[in-house]
Amino acid sequence: MAFNCVVTIKQVPDTKRITGQAMNDDGTVNRGALPAVFNPEDLNALELALDIKDKFGGKVTVITMGLPAASEVLRQAIYRGADEAILVTDRRAGASDTLATSYILSCAVKKLNYDIVLCGRQAIDGDTAQVGPQLAEKLGIPQVTYVEELLTVEDHHITARRNIGNGWQEVKCKLPLLMTVVDEANEPRVPGAKRLMKYKKAKTAIEIQTQLKKENPTASDAEVKQIADTKIKELEEKGLLIKQWDLDQINADLQWCGRDGSPTKVHRIQSVVLTARESKTVEATDNGITDMIRELITDKTIS
Amino acid sequence: MISVNPKGEVWVFAEQHEGKIEDIALELLGRARMLGDKLGVKVGAVLIGDQIKSLAEKLFHYGADNVYVLENPLLEHYQTNSYSKVICDLIHKYEPQIMIYGASACGRDLAPRVASTIKAGLTADCTDLQIGDHENKSEGKVHKNLLLQIRPAFGGNIIATIINYDRWPQMATVREGVMPMPTPDAKRKGQVIAEKITMQKTELPIEILCEHKREKKVNLKASRIVVAGGAGVGSKDNFKLVWELANALGAAPGATRAAVDLGFIDRDHQIGQTGTTVRPSLYIAIGISGAIQHQAGMSDSQKIIAINNDPTAPIFDVAHYKIVGDLNDVIPKMIKAIKARV
Repeated sequence: MAFNCVVTIKQVPDTKRITGQAMNDDGTVNRGALPAVFNPEDLNALELALDIKDKFGGKVTVITMGLPAASEVLRQAIYRGADEAILVTDRRAGASDTLATSYILSCAVKKLNYDIVLCGRQAIDGDTAQVGPQLAEKLGIPQVTYVEELLTVEDHHITARRNIGNGWQEVKCKLPLLMTVVDEANEPRVPGAKRLMKYKKAKTAIEIQTQLKKENPTASDAEVKQIADTKIKELEEKGLLIKQWDLDQINADLQWCGRDGSPTKVHRIQSVVLTARESKTVEATDNGITDMIRELITDKTIS
Repeated sequence: MISVNPKGEVWVFAEQHEGKIEDIALELLGRARMLGDKLGVKVGAVLIGDQIKSLAEKLFHYGADNVYVLENPLLEHYQTNSYSKVICDLIHKYEPQIMIYGASACGRDLAPRVASTIKAGLTADCTDLQIGDHENKSEGKVHKNLLLQIRPAFGGNIIATIINYDRWPQMATVREGVMPMPTPDAKRKGQVIAEKITMQKTELPIEILCEHKREKKVNLKASRIVVAGGAGVGSKDNFKLVWELANALGAAPGATRAAVDLGFIDRDHQIGQTGTTVRPSLYIAIGISGAIQHQAGMSDSQKIIAINNDPTAPIFDVAHYKIVGDLNDVIPKMIKAIKARV
């Protein structure tokens, strides 16, 4: 009784460490200036998948959609125990909203054998929690959201406890299914030292090409391609090539991808300009504070 | 998706559990009423469950013109697939132009499933909803009277207004407490539109084995005074000072998301865009920098006291009383002053 798990993961800007420089003068976000991290709850989803593999056997595949730099979170997943990693990257996927993103991910997941698809509940850069349910719908499988504990896994169904905000619920669901996982579910393992040593050279084709171009600025595209192809083959033989798919390879219909495939559009972005209101500065002394409290009692704010 | 239908109604998902309408649904009806009046269209409430028709009256009182009643024994408990299916059928039949859901555990599970099935847009956790025009410069076209879906984004550095001008309905979720609760009008009446629902048990892939409800540990919305701490409080141990000040004032203790994530306090206490929105008489912000997502949940407080050792913290921009200082020094002084007056 082994289970194939597919985990969708995302590289996100670390919104907790955003500084003033993260914004361009025109009010747009300067993504380059933000530290990029493994979306926290995706680590919980990965941990749950690895836990299923440890207990029952099977395979864990991680998929991310993003810029070539997102290969880094795939390596992070491999260090922790993922068997296979796939980067879905394509310029035509840019500006995708949650609907287009879930469509593209569904095209990639459909190419794989899976029993259980796992996602983090939500990504910290948008907090929408939409891609999980939308991916489940696109795959035509049921969803169990906000999983805080997977209770049993059997041949044809699972049981899980899910957080429903004002309490919890235990549900039984048929396989295949998609689960979204909350941070209370587990404590994600840290990268394994042996796996880190073994896989730190794992790369996607696009990373190899970019690096070669950087190292050989005068070489023609054809020359770079030739060296890259040799290098890619080498890595593949060593089991160090991270798979990379574009929209054609996953048979995605372009009308549902990128900007065209996204029903939501940005009407306006405003930088946050805070207008100060009439205010008093209170000295942090006994007198200052006593005066303030007296004022608040007088105007009946404090009764 | 359905085509653009400016005559379509404004709909609210009337979330109910065990025969009780959730507050969020009533709050949303208040805003839907405003949007419907602006557009000159009716407001519809979508009520799903088993033997729940009698709840329609309350929805009329809070602003619905039409209540679509979808009853079936298999709809007694919320399930993603069954609820999503009946809503999608209803949307295709009546073509509403807008549909809003509460951003509750249920609404956040349901709305994306519906959006994906219909291939329509969805914006999560809006802090405001308005009607406005959008000029599409590349097409040289003005789209009139769209739903402006307003929310902070990207760590609160920006406020984004999202629109959807071609794949309708325009859909959004809103957290509880964001929209003020409307005053009910017991004389308001409306029309019940009962839909015939046929459903097989085999259509339900999930079985609910058991459920355990838990009361929230704190009622932030009902408190006249809220004392909230942020990451700047420093530690769970220091957070005791927040509790002590709250106790001295008979206030509810609140927190920022950062403080919750750091484990200083339970998630029930979280205030902000993804937590509870509060409008107390007095809000005391301790060690809170004042990210826009937090402000979204408290800036309507009547009086705000901010205590922070960083004089440049954005929270001071919305505060009525600014205290630059160390909370270990300031809070005991405040407690002393409060107790001296009692």
